[in-house]
Parts: sequence; structure tokens; C-alpha cells
Amino acid sequence: MSIQRHQYDVVVIGAGGAGLRAAIEARLAGAKTAVISKSLFGKAHTVMAEGGAAAAMGNVNPGDSWQVHFRDTMRGGKFLNDVRMAELHAKESPERVWELEIYGALFDRTKDGRISQRNFGGHEYPRLAHVGDRTGLEMIRTLQQKIVSLQQEDRAATGEYESRLRVFDETTVTELLLEDGKVAGAFGYDRESGEFLLFEAPAVVLATGGIGRSFKVTSNSWEYTGDGHALALRAGGKLINMEFIQFHPTGMVWPPSVKGILVTESVRGDGGVLKNTEGQRFMFDYVPDVFRAYYADTPEEADRWYDDPDNNRRPPELLPRDEVARAINAEVKAGRGTKAGGVLLDIASRRSAEFIQRKLPSMYHQFKELADVDITAQPMEVGPTCHYVMGGVEVDADTGAATGAVEGLFAAGEVSGGMHGSNRLGGNSLSDLLVFGKRAGEHAAAYATALPSRPRPSQADVTTAEEAALAPLARGDGENPYALQQELQDVMQSLVGIIRRRGELEDSLQRLAELRERVDKVGATGGRRYNPGWHLALDLRNMLVVSECTARAALEREESRGGHTREDFPDMKPEWRRVTLVCSLAGADEVRLAQQPVTPMRPELAGLFERDELAKYYTPEELSSATADLG
Amino acid sequence: MRNFRIWRGDASSGALEDYQVEVNEGEVVLDVLHRLQATQTPDLACRWNCKAGKCGSCSVEINGMPKLACMTRMSTFTADETITVTPLRTFPVIRDLVTDVSYNYVKAREMPAFSPPPDLAPGEYRMQQVDVERSQEFRKCIECFLCQNVCHVVRDHEENKLAFAGPRLFIRAAELDMHPLDARTDRKEHTRDRQGVGYCNITKCCTEVCPEHIKITDNAIIPMKERVVDRRYDPLVWLGRKIFRRDQVEQQAAAEDTTPAPASPETVTHRASPGQVNWAQEIQVPPAPAVGPDGRFAMSEVLIDRAGAPSPFGDDVTFPVDPEQLRYLHPRTDED
Ligand SMILES: Cc1cc2nc3c(=O)[nH]c(=O)nc-3n(C[C@H](O)[C@H](O)[C@H](O)COP(=O)(O)OP(=O)(O)OC[C@H]3O[C@@H](n4cnc5c(N)ncnc54)[C@H](O)[C@@H]3O)c2cc1C
Ligand code: SF4
Ligand code: SF4
Ligand code: FES
Repeated sequence: MSIQRHQYDVVVIGAGGAGLRAAIEARLAGAKTAVISKSLFGKAHTVMAEGGAAAAMGNVNPGDSWQVHFRDTMRGGKFLNDVRMAELHAKESPERVWELEIYGALFDRTKDGRISQRNFGGHEYPRLAHVGDRTGLEMIRTLQQKIVSLQQEDRAATGEYESRLRVFDETTVTELLLEDGKVAGAFGYDRESGEFLLFEAPAVVLATGGIGRSFKVTSNSWEYTGDGHALALRAGGKLINMEFIQFHPTGMVWPPSVKGILVTESVRGDGGVLKNTEGQRFMFDYVPDVFRAYYADTPEEADRWYDDPDNNRRPPELLPRDEVARAINAEVKAGRGTKAGGVLLDIASRRSAEFIQRKLPSMYHQFKELADVDITAQPMEVGPTCHYVMGGVEVDADTGAATGAVEGLFAAGEVSGGMHGSNRLGGNSLSDLLVFGKRAGEHAAAYATALPSRPRPSQADVTTAEEAALAPLARGDGENPYALQQELQDVMQSLVGIIRRRGELEDSLQRLAELRERVDKVGATGGRRYNPGWHLALDLRNMLVVSECTARAALEREESRGGHTREDFPDMKPEWRRVTLVCSLAGADEVRLAQQPVTPMRPELAGLFERDELAKYYTPEELSSATADLG
Repeated sequence: MRNFRIWRGDASSGALEDYQVEVNEGEVVLDVLHRLQATQTPDLACRWNCKAGKCGSCSVEINGMPKLACMTRMSTFTADETITVTPLRTFPVIRDLVTDVSYNYVKAREMPAFSPPPDLAPGEYRMQQVDVERSQEFRKCIECFLCQNVCHVVRDHEENKLAFAGPRLFIRAAELDMHPLDARTDRKEHTRDRQGVGYCNITKCCTEVCPEHIKITDNAIIPMKERVVDRRYDPLVWLGRKIFRRDQVEQQAAAEDTTPAPASPETVTHRASPGQVNWAQEIQVPPAPAVGPDGRFAMSEVLIDRAGAPSPFGDDVTFPVDPEQLRYLHPRTDED
């Protein structure tokens, strides 16, 4: 069968917030741009984000500034964040959010007509620009419509909607093609027809999102098979921080029709509290020392905070999500959880039905319709759910260019790593997509323009990619891809899940190695047109290599920090803060793990923190050198 | 064990196939489709993403009703009921439950984009919550295209797709029209001239199926239809219309106003089987509903004298309407 060939300056893989923003920027910079997405245009995972986009606009509390946002982000990430990324993110997100308004977004407003901002776990001030509880939908629709408007401009100029910016929906990229370590293009298939496509392009932006499909209880969709992570590895890029996976503390665990669906943090921000089956509001027992100064110790003070946040400390339900997840896990393990393995999140007995319906309309409808659960009348059964991967492609903070042995590869959004350190604050992802999506698009276009001659994909590589893609179809009686996926999920959930131990992690590596052999023999029945079994068979390879990175890094890091909890090493260790774990590939899909020192914080940024606070994270030598410059 | 009948096939041919499948407490139809993929037929094609009613990917017809598979609880069926799942009928089938919905994207691309106010820089936008709320209702749309699928103007009428943009795009037009800062002033004219809103005779089927409960007809289509008629702003005419609502002259005037540019309602051909519809009946243009002195449709119940949304058919029509009086054939979904 012949292969469709396309030539572009920039190819963006992924049509979520990061991908669309990158594509807009690349097109504005004059590059001929393609956006590729596994699902339909406008359905990417970003639609599911509920809470909001964090940006220090100071509309609700003028005390807010980029410095405070930066500080919160670093605290949330337990000081393992890429400092430059956290800085750029805090500085640029307000502008990026305002930009969305020019594209037509309609955020909720304050009384004086500005963009309203809401409280969220880990953010010192109300900071999340939001639209009810469907902020992600607003964002993706806005970017989608901006793309359409650019296409309309192009049509006016050239007579053709798709002359400069084209969306390839329901198309999956399976391989990146290189020439001498430089990106030359991308190879993929059209899901609808099963036909192959070859994109020749000198610059590729990865914006493929996360890896959550490798876990059993997850809020993530089928798209999240870690494709971008695996593509980057195979192209010579590196993954960092793969041990850090965020388990959202409050995903529904019962009933099954809503299992894995998240209950947004705003339920807690608006008054919801966590209780165990003994009816005790247990979060007060789980405030870690580093946070004591900011969180209430009594229910009375906590309850006053909702109305008077300036004179009271926050309720402990609003601790960063890893703390909340860990607390719930501890309660369940202690036998104070529900049958389905969760705890109770109660807003019904604390707020009026009218208040709940107004503040959380889609939450209310979703549970009513999906599960016949009335959140205004009964508590919800919630527990930890795999939600977000902090780790990802290591990139240069300013340009989004991937590090390692590859040129012309860029990454933005959830697929990139570093920005969130060991734990992401709620709302920081949507703004991350905009800030770094824009940067990656801009620099990818600049790179493509500056390149003296364009690398060409070799015919041999194309043939190999084609054969690899067709292989499962030739093995009709091979292993069932669904069964393999299920086994992989079991391994990851039970052995590399929220609480980890040495023995289990070693086990998981063993099991993953066995699975790899079976994945090599995976088969798919049916034809090439829209065949989900075949598609899954191809995704498995990516899920597997990425899972292995996570398991290896989790085994190596002998401490607990953010989204990585080791039962055998329950404390955070300053020595480990200085280390980033880096995965790369040696040979065919063999994962190699290395340690790499983190970049120190510039003195003026370190000066934003109290010495005492830094002392909780830094080793003594580090502390003295970091604070020496401050005097 | 439950009986499922699922349409399998592609553009060339296909048929309903029977499956026996296990169903557990608390599951939705999409869970069952996934179980079928995992255990019986790995290549069963269906779209889904969020499994939470947020992305609008999993639209199918379940027992003939357009639904989101991830939002249809199994407990809504009786234990011995056979559940029939078919692809959206208005769009060409690609395979099994997956259809080619590109029509909707083509129409979206023809819709003039948001036009930012020229004198405001980013960060300077000021809008009141009450003003953005009206457009926000329409921005809740998850683009499931169930409304497009159910609309009789294009369901089984491929030929109308050229001139008719459909309810999803009418709410987009209304959204921009009601956007407090959109700089364009010709949204309603566009809806009339380019989107073919005149084909819509306010059957409300679209509103009925919308999983986001957007009041497509009452809050978007009717105001958009209404406001293209600028005579309405003349208080005398408005008063006259209040008194002589069913006046013949009035109807003719309205017919002229709502005629879509590319094709007039008379040229719309219906392909229904003969004998079922009274084709001799004169096509009646629905009388426009009441607007206030500002030319706007009363948006809230507080402003009008009766409970519920005002009837688009006029307040003096009683229901059910005699089917003989209807000029279209209600879509039937169980005929093949
Ligand atoms: C339920 C939920 C709620 C959330 N709430 C919030 C919140 O309130 N605030 C916040 O900041 N963050 C939130 N997040 C996190 C945030 O939504 C995601 O991290 C973010 O949307 C990721 O965006 P992205 O652009 O990186 O990728 P995505 O939006 O996930 O898009 C990935 C794209 O890549 C495409 N793709 C993947 N692989 C391939 C391939 N091989 N070939 C071609 N295309 C491919 C996919 O089709 C898709 O278009 C939430 C996440 C979830 C799951
Ligand atoms: S009300 Fe109009 S748009 Fe909606 S289904 Fe009926 S004819 Fe179609
Ligand atoms: S208006 Fe409602 S039914 Fe129509 S596409 Fe949007 S969400 Fe779906
Ligand atoms: S899967 Fe997203 S709406 Fe059903």
C-alpha cells in the first residue's frame, strides 16, 4: 500500500492544550505546521481538566505575584523542580491566560469584571482562572477555535484553509525518523483507514500527554500510553523524574461506573472535608512539619478560613495532593476505610444543596447521571487514582528543546519533565501547557527556519517502521493485547503504585521483563480500518518501556518525596534532592538509568524563601552556599 | 448475562450482530462495549476518551436513541431487554460504531471566528458575570454532535447538509452574538444567510438529546431567528404582532425574513415514503415568539407571565399537535 507523504516545517504531535498552543505559535511564526492527534480534534485529554489554570494575575487578592507563585510551585514540587521552568511558568502564565481571552475564552468574572480566581491546594492565594468546573474544555475549545480562525485567515490569503496549518485527527505517530541525530520526520497511521502517513519535517514538538493507562485505577483515557515519552527515548532523548507519579487523592472508588473519575479539589476548597468510616475528620493528624505554620490545627480555625482567609490558617484538607493521598492511604490501611478501599468526602452535610449545585454544577450532574449519586445529599467514596506524571522528556527550559543525542525535537505539556519537580500543584498544568506550548512552538519554528539543509528520512527507516506497525496483524493468533494491557496495569498498580517497597519494585521489573517477551508476540485480528485491538497492540510497546523507566527510577530513589513514596524509606532526604534520575535507551528498548545533579537556584530566587524553610530541604553545605550570597 | 445487538460493518455493508455479555452492577454501556472488545471481539470499533461525559466522543444510538455510551447506565434497562447499539445515523459510517463526523468540523470552519475588540489589550477585558453567563451556557457544548444527528433537516437528508449548519453551530453563532466583547455585528445575518437557520422549524429534538442540557432552541435558535427580523424593534409593529399574532400578512413577512439564502424552504425536498406525510399541506412558518421592547427574547422566567420557557409555536397551540398538521416525518430509527 502506498504511503501518504506530507512536508511541513513543524509537526506537532498531540492536540491537547500544549500541542494546540505550540501549533498556533509555530504558525504565527510563519512555519507550515501540522498538528497530529490520536482522537478527534478538540477531544484531547485537556478537556477533562476541571479546576482551573493557575496564573498570578492578582485579580482576587492583589497580594499575589509571580514570586509567590514560584514559591508555591517549588514548595509543591519539594524543591526538585527545574528552577528556570518554575520561574518562567510563574512569570508568563498571566499573559498566556489573558491571551486566551483574545481568542474568545469566557472565564468566570470577579465583581469588577476581571477574570475570577479560585483557591486550590498548595496555592497561597486564590489563583486559578476557571470556568465553573470545565476549565479544560474552555481552554481546548478556545485554542481549537483560534486554530480555525488562523485557517480562515490563511484561506483569505491563499484560498486554502489548510495551506499553513493542518490538523490530522485520528492519526497515531508510531515512530520518529532521524538522520544523523537530527529529526527528519514522523511515521504514523490513520486510524480511520489504517493507511500509513509519512511526515517529513525538520522539527517535531511532542505534546502527547501522560502515561496513566499503565495503571488500573486512573483518571486518564486510552490516549495516555506514554507514546511521546517512548518516541523521545527511541529518538535519543532522555526522560527525567519518571518515579514521580501523581495519584489524585480523591478519585471516586465506588460505584464502578464512576471509578477513577476525579472529585475536584474545589470540593475541598469550597468546604468539603474528609472523614474515615468512624466519622473522624482525620486530616488534622497528617499535617507534616514543613507545613504546620500554614495549616489550621483545629476544626474551628479551619472552618473560619473559608470566610476569613486572611486571619486564619487553611484547612488541612487543602494540603498538597500527595499529602492528602498518603493520608487516605494510611487510613484505609489502618482499617478505617470503606469496603471499596476509599474514605468519605463530605460536602453534603456542610453546605446547602443550592450552594453545591451552583459551585460544582458539572460535578453534581456527572455523579447524578452516571451513578445516581446525589452529592448534595450523601458523601462521596474517594481514594487515590493515578492522575498525572511529573516525569517526562528532559528539555531546555527556555526553548523546550529535548536534551540528549537528538536535535530538532521539542516537548511541552505533560510529556515534558522538570517543571513540577516531584509533585504538581493543581492548576499548574493548564498554565504549563500554555507557557511551554508557546515556547516550544516558537523555538521549533525558529529551529526549522534556521536549519541550512533539511534532513531526509531514509527509505530503510520507513520500511522498518511500516513492518513494525504491521507485525501484530500478521500474528492473528498472537497474545491478546487487552489481556496484556490488563496484566501490565495489575503489575504497575500493585507493585509500582502509590506506596512502594524494594521487594515489590524488584518483582515488578521481573514481571515487566516477562511481559516484554509476550508483547513481542502480541497479535491483532481484523483488518486495518479503525481496529482498536491493533491500535492497542502497537501502544503496548510504549507503555511497557515507560513503565520500566518508572519502576527502575522508583527502585533507585531511596527516599519519599512528592509523588514517590517508599515505605522502606519514609523520609525526605536532602542528599536525594540534589539528584535527578535520568532514563535513556541503550540498544533496542533497554532502559539505562543514571544520576544527574540538579541545577542550583539563583541567589535572588533563593532569597524568596526563609532560611528556615530552605533548611528543611537542603543539605547543610548546600544551605550555606545558597545563603552566603544573600548575606 | 445480557443480550446486546451491535451494528457491525463499514460503508459498504453491515448488519446487527448478537452478543451475550456479562454485566456488573453500576456499569454503563461503554463498560460493556469495552468488555466485548477485551473478551469477544477485539476489533469492535467505537470512539471514547474520558468515560465521564466530558469529551463527547462516545456518541452512538442506543435502542434508537442518540446517547453518550459512557453516560447510559445499564440500570436504566430491564434485565431481559436486548440493548441495540448502532452508529449515529446522520453521518457516514466508517466502521462499526464509528462515523465520519467531519461535516460538523467543516461547518465550524465556515463560522466567522471571535472578533476581538480592537481597542483592548490582553488583560484589559472587563465583563460582568451575568453578561458572560449567557454565552457560557453554549460553551458548555462538548461537541458530541447528538443534536446534529437528531435534527430531521439533515437526518436522512444528505442534500440539506450543504446549506444547513445545524444546531451545534447555531449555538456557536448565538454564543458569539451574545459575547459581550465580540466586535462583529452581523452574527444574526450570518446565521440566516449562511447557516440556513430558516430550515429549522423548532422541533426541539436537539434540545431534548443534548447531554449538557443546553437549551439549544429556546436560548439560541429562537433568539437568533427572532433578532434577524429587525422590524421587531419597531414598538408599533411589535404591539401589532402581539395583537394579531396569527395574522396572514405577518406570516408572510416572517417567511420572507427567515428564508435561507442558498435555498428557500420550498426547494427542500423530502424523501419520505409516500402516503405518510401530507405533502399538500402548505408549509407553515412558525410564528415568531414574543420579544420585549428591546427586541430581545425574554431570557428568564421572571420576565414573562407564565412558567417554563415560552412555546415557540405560540401560546395558543395545544399539544399534542395533530400529526396530519405536521409537515415533516419524525425520524424513525428502528426501521432497519
Ligand atoms: C480528570 C483530570 C482533571 C484535571 N484537572 C486539572 C486542573 O484542574 N488543572 C490543571 O492544571 N490540570 C489538570 N489536569 C491535568 C491536565 O489536564 C493534563 O496534564 C493536561 O491536559 C495535559 O495536556 P497536554 O497538552 O500535555 O496533553 P493532552 O491534552 O493529553 O493531549 C495529548 C494529545 O496527544 C495526542 N497523542 C498522544 N499520543 C499520540 C501519538 N502517538 N500520535 C499522535 N497523537 C498522539 C493525543 O491524541 C492528544 O491529542 C487534569 C487531568 C485529568 C485527567
Ligand atoms: S429545533 Fe431546529 S435545529 Fe433543533 S432539531 Fe429541530 S429543526 Fe433541527
Ligand atoms: S449542543 Fe449539546 S448535543 Fe449538541 S454537540 Fe453540543 S453538547 Fe452535544
Ligand atoms: S467518553 Fe467522553 S463523553 Fe463519553
